[in-house]
Amino acid sequence: LNELEDIMDESQTLPFTAFAFNQLLAQKKLMVSRCRDCGSLYLPPRAVCPACRSCNLEWSPASGKGRLAAFTSIAIGPSFMNEQGFSRDNPYISGVVELEEGLKISARITGVDAKNPASIQIGLPLEVEFLEVGDKTYLAFRPME
Amino acid sequence: MRRNIRPLPRGVALVGAGMSKFGAFPEKSSRDLFVEAYLSMIASIDKDIDPAEIEILYLGNFSSDLFERQGHTAPIMMDAVGLSPRPAVRVEDACASSGVALRQGVMAVASGMYDLVLVGGVEKMTNLPTSEVTDTLATAGDSLYEIPAGFTFPGFYAAMATAYMHKYGMVPEDLMKVAIKNHENGALNPLAQFGVTIPDWMQGRIKSAIKKGKPAPTWTSVDDFLHDEAANPTIAWPLRLFDCSPITDGAAALLLVPADRALEYTDSPIYITGTGQASLPALHDRDDLSSIEAARLAAEEAYAMAGITASDIRIAEVHDCFTIAEVIATEDLGFFERGLGYRMAVEGATARDGTKPVNTSGGLKAKGHPVGASGAAQAVEIWKQMRCQAGPRQVQGDIPLALTHNVGATGSTCVVHVYERRS
Repeated sequence: LNELEDIMDESQTLPFTAFAFNQLLAQKKLMVSRCRDCGSLYLPPRAVCPACRSCNLEWSPASGKGRLAAFTSIAIGPSFMNEQGFSRDNPYISGVVELEEGLKISARITGVDAKNPASIQIGLPLEVEFLEVGDKTYLAFRPME
Repeated sequence: MRRNIRPLPRGVALVGAGMSKFGAFPEKSSRDLFVEAYLSMIASIDKDIDPAEIEILYLGNFSSDLFERQGHTAPIMMDAVGLSPRPAVRVEDACASSGVALRQGVMAVASGMYDLVLVGGVEKMTNLPTSEVTDTLATAGDSLYEIPAGFTFPGFYAAMATAYMHKYGMVPEDLMKVAIKNHENGALNPLAQFGVTIPDWMQGRIKSAIKKGKPAPTWTSVDDFLHDEAANPTIAWPLRLFDCSPITDGAAALLLVPADRALEYTDSPIYITGTGQASLPALHDRDDLSSIEAARLAAEEAYAMAGITASDIRIAEVHDCFTIAEVIATEDLGFFERGLGYRMAVEGATARDGTKPVNTSGGLKAKGHPVGASGAAQAVEIWKQMRCQAGPRQVQGDIPLALTHNVGATGSTCVVHVYERRS
């Protein structure tokens, strides 16, 4: 619990930007923004609450647990994925994950068989993974152990 | 949140529509394509026109910056057709760019600000290798939160397809029917990139293999062919090559005038009576991944403005950038109930002789998808069909009402227009 409080204290000084979100990912923290006025949660983080238009938001840790809502096995990827060694013969999975909190986010899905995508089930329970590639950390999810 | 929807304050008529040949043309730049479309539009005007009367251009273009290293495209196009120094405006909403340019043109005429408005769209995509085209198209997604997850455009629509399959029980084979139908239509469109049916394509591949002395493929049916990973490779599962629209060079041009001046230019004008547009956040930020709410909202607005309902629409050109997109579109537009779109496609309801013909032009799938030109090119097909000028692909019977549906990215922009023919 103390650790959680530390994370929250530290993160409260960060703005609600992609830069800050990625900084937190690099520290292996999946954080969302929470509206202090209406309680709505946002991932990606937002500086303005679309539900009540409040600007009174705070960082809040996410459970990191969720389910697969949609996915694809990509054979023809963008350049940065090709550079990581993915190709027609070595496809990868991108997906949309619905967290326990009800938030959805795009992420890489690891630990499933990208060559046999028909075997992957929507609704698969997942947990967060912080994928380190070079000096970047990407948001990913893997099947729950 | 919804404003009170009123009819257009001044009627708007389409009195000319034309497009370039769609395809891959190493010898043509954007401006060559646009000139071709413009001249085709001028030639389509039944009575005399002095092009000097044209007052403004709204040009749809997604990314000439990245495709051709040419920004600031609209004044260049205006100059290329000899109409400088009139104002020229570029509209960018990804693949909905020229559908939105058309909406700007409709608003310009309806407001009374302008009488003769040129609407166009152009995209020159084939200069770049496929990997760079993939990267360029990906800039229409969310570069901070979607693209880092590895998503490509086929990938986004493939993910929507998995959500749809899970919810409604569709299988990937059902989507092949959409591709087969749109290629059948494209084969009858001399301006289409792929003027060939899938069965003829397959036969061509067999003949070519024999000619080259290679072992002849053993496909015994179109089903066989479409299931062959070598002939129809997976791009982003469950979508294969033939589920995807191609990379295309092309342009389209339209001329709008006030309804009360339409008969100066033609005895058969097409009136644009409804226009609707909406936007959405990134795909992951939506409640339902198996439909596109912005398309439903845009259609609702366009129908209300025109005073009609979905069932009044006789034919439609919809944004089939991928086969799944056509299925979802026919539901978002209210043609079919949720979850029935794929069944109606399989049963032939959207074929030229079906109850609701969709994409008689061949659609983006077979006609080609020069992204910034696709929305305007949809209106070209409606113009031809409503005026009984669509040749061998002409839908039989009267077409009093028609629709175009143009989507940017995963539906972050949707724009819908309603067209009316008055006898």
